[in-house]
Amino acid sequence: MFKRPYYIAVALVALLTLLVLNLPGSTTARLKLGIGSIFLPLFGVTAGAQQAAAKAGEALLPKSELIRANQALRRQNQELQLQAMQAAETTRENSRLRQLLGWKEKSPWKLKLVRVIARDPANWWRTVQIDRGSLDGLRENLPVLTSEGLIGRVSAVGLTSARVILIGDANCKVPAAILGDVGESGIITSAGVFDGAFVNLTYLANRANLKPGQGVVTSGFSTIYPKGIPIGTIADARLVESGLYTEAQVKLAANLNALDEVWVLFP
Amino acid sequence: MTTVPNILVLLATLLAVFAGGAFNGLRQLLGAQVDLLPALMVYTALSSGPAMMITVAVTGGLLFDTLSANPLGTSVLPLLLIGFGLQRRRDLILREEKYAQLVLGLIASALAPALSVLVLLTLGQSPLLGWGSLWQWTVMSLGGAVATPVLFVLLGGLNHALGYQRTIESSFRPDREIRRGRK
Repeated sequence: MFKRPYYIAVALVALLTLLVLNLPGSTTARLKLGIGSIFLPLFGVTAGAQQAAAKAGEALLPKSELIRANQALRRQNQELQLQAMQAAETTRENSRLRQLLGWKEKSPWKLKLVRVIARDPANWWRTVQIDRGSLDGLRENLPVLTSEGLIGRVSAVGLTSARVILIGDANCKVPAAILGDVGESGIITSAGVFDGAFVNLTYLANRANLKPGQGVVTSGFSTIYPKGIPIGTIADARLVESGLYTEAQVKLAANLNALDEVWVLFP
Repeated sequence: MTTVPNILVLLATLLAVFAGGAFNGLRQLLGAQVDLLPALMVYTALSSGPAMMITVAVTGGLLFDTLSANPLGTSVLPLLLIGFGLQRRRDLILREEKYAQLVLGLIASALAPALSVLVLLTLGQSPLLGWGSLWQWTVMSLGGAVATPVLFVLLGGLNHALGYQRTIESSFRPDREIRRGRK
């Protein structure tokens, strides 16, 4: 039915695709960022529409509701100010003690607020795109979190956007520790296709004394994630590999399905 | 003559990929995101020529991989294979029939993710797979199946509204009219 040039064209395109698939990672990353810029106007339009809808919703709110919310926020603000004063005093004390012991001082975290603009359209990856890139100082392997806890790390950076690989993806492994006297540490891995709210904490000692509700934070045994970022709480634990080690199911503190604005951490 | 349909298909390709990344209602509801590209490939393979089929496969695949963590080019090969297979058999396909569109959409939407995962595994990648992937595959296949006739109606309607219409030539010619009756 078709002529020979048609078959040659299809074969040529297939061959070119195979070549692109075998290009070095850095080259394809640059190509991806170049092609991805086509979507930027569409993301801009979507963001504009969302903002307009939010503004319209705000305009419809009754004044009494706004006053009530304002009062609640003032109260919360006062509480947080008191907590911040207490924390500042603790930091000063910590700094003095570190100086006395001759330990290196910890530098405070710097955070940058970014907006999630897209999720991965493929069902077999857990990644999102954010609206800030290398122009805003972002670089690969920076931790990303919400006010609830860790959500992942920056995996690729463009000029004006970046990709964040979420916790629970097969390519995002996080060294984590259990809070309290347990002192156990392991690696956070994926818990399965559907369990977006859960991850597994593996390679814990087989005699680890784990209880549901215990907090899990980053252990600091990594050059990417600083120590102490909340990850979630223990939901369940079981012995695996014929009792070789314990694996715990961890309920994530952050809701990965409702990511709108997230923080990039500059340790 | 074919500029408008081609532009429409390319616009639809861009929007299909964008919708997959920007709107998550279905993902939150059913646990899987539906990919509209296989459905669009069915429409293109049955309505356009080989050049347009190749263009949509390359453009759609590259755009999809750009928004995704897939290595660049992963989605091009499955789409190209689907389009090529459909175009080879397009004379035998009842493309106007809704059930034919539905079945072709189902097959294409089931094949595309399966082939993409196969390419990924061949490349040594480790995509998130498990028993839940079967459910996601079912949702993607059924979603694509439903989307295919909708795309045919939508794009067909837009083509009809924006494109040039073929003029229907009548066999009537006034100079060849048989005059009846006596003068």
